[in-house]
Amino acid sequence: MTAKQLAKKLQRQFKEIVSDAMEFRGELTVEISDASQIAEVCRYAKEELGFDYLVDLCTIDNDDETPRWTAVYHLYGYGHLRHLRLKTSVSEEESEFPTVTTVWRTADWHEREAFDMMGIRFAGHPDLRRILMWEGYPYYPLRKDFPLAGKPSEMPDVAFSDPIPLEGGPFVTLAGGEDAAAREPRVRTPE
Amino acid sequence: MNFFTKSLGHHLLGLYFSREGLIKAMKATEVGYNSKVEGDVVHTRLDAAVSWFRKNSLWPMPMGLACCAIELMAAGASRFDISRFGAEVMRFSPRQSDLMIVAGTVTYKMALAVRRIYEQMPEPKWVIAMGACASSGGMYRSYATLQGVDRILPVDVYISGCPPRPEALLEALMKLQNKISNEPHITDKKPARDRGLVLS
Ligand code: SF4
Repeated sequence: MTAKQLAKKLQRQFKEIVSDAMEFRGELTVEISDASQIAEVCRYAKEELGFDYLVDLCTIDNDDETPRWTAVYHLYGYGHLRHLRLKTSVSEEESEFPTVTTVWRTADWHEREAFDMMGIRFAGHPDLRRILMWEGYPYYPLRKDFPLAGKPSEMPDVAFSDPIPLEGGPFVTLAGGEDAAAREPRVRTPE
Repeated sequence: MNFFTKSLGHHLLGLYFSREGLIKAMKATEVGYNSKVEGDVVHTRLDAAVSWFRKNSLWPMPMGLACCAIELMAAGASRFDISRFGAEVMRFSPRQSDLMIVAGTVTYKMALAVRRIYEQMPEPKWVIAMGACASSGGMYRSYATLQGVDRILPVDVYISGCPPRPEALLEALMKLQNKISNEPHITDKKPARDRGLVLS
């Protein structure tokens, strides 16, 4: 079965909430309109469609667009060797997805990372703690409104942090420039 | 101060060196020795003798935190062989080491652990900041990275490079040995962090 057929099957099972598969550069993405059902969709994808491997789970901060948070699930099946990507969004007020640790245990650390970096919660997660930053760090550093240079923080005997010097940066690479000189990372202050 | 090293000299002769080797080494550390006049007696300053012992048996604490640690390992392996400089005894217990080699990126999360390990090392102790990351944060202009380990420790030698080659580490070691041989150990009992080094 091709990835397209698998996506069709998924859509037939969850008619109202699963979108048509969108193809981009040979990769398929389906959107799930109701985030509260993502765990059921994932369980079906794993148990019936053979997507036994969660490659990655990441989250997107859509900044001032609504809904603010999008979670992206990259699925893969070792039986059929097909990829599929699921996307689903929740609003900033909600900021919570159902956990998929009940489907793939590996989602545990992925969800903790999303919680640590974005401040998104995962309902039903067995152990939702920070994983990269230390317990008690007050910010969520991958949010769009978090400055690249970081913010000062202080936790006596645990850790501290200082904003870092950017020396004229950030240095941004432009894709698709004429030659290497045009593409090379330079100071490009956003207007 | 003159130091009567008759018994000490024999001890060294028996354990480590031929007499010629010892004389040569001692000469390099400000020793006047004339075998015709003095026989088995060596005159030196206690400071010079102590420095000489110390600088030739540095026991590193390998604070390997990122990619630079690979070069640190290379420096310890057969091709570069850090034991030529007497610093091959890598100790994973801070209680047994006197040279911390910070090899890699120091994140804020790791920073206080590095500091604690440094504090657990007995005096006298020295620090080498190996590579761009340990010296300045390197390419990590990031919310998560300490911008140079000298913000929490007194660093004696900085090594540039990303990563520095093992030769650079050996060069740093030799620089540190020079520094140690000029330190007044006996007369100056101040701890490392008060010796006018960088601290914030
Ligand atoms: S200086 Fe370069 S090689 Fe060394 S730890 Fe930093 S990034 Fe890695």
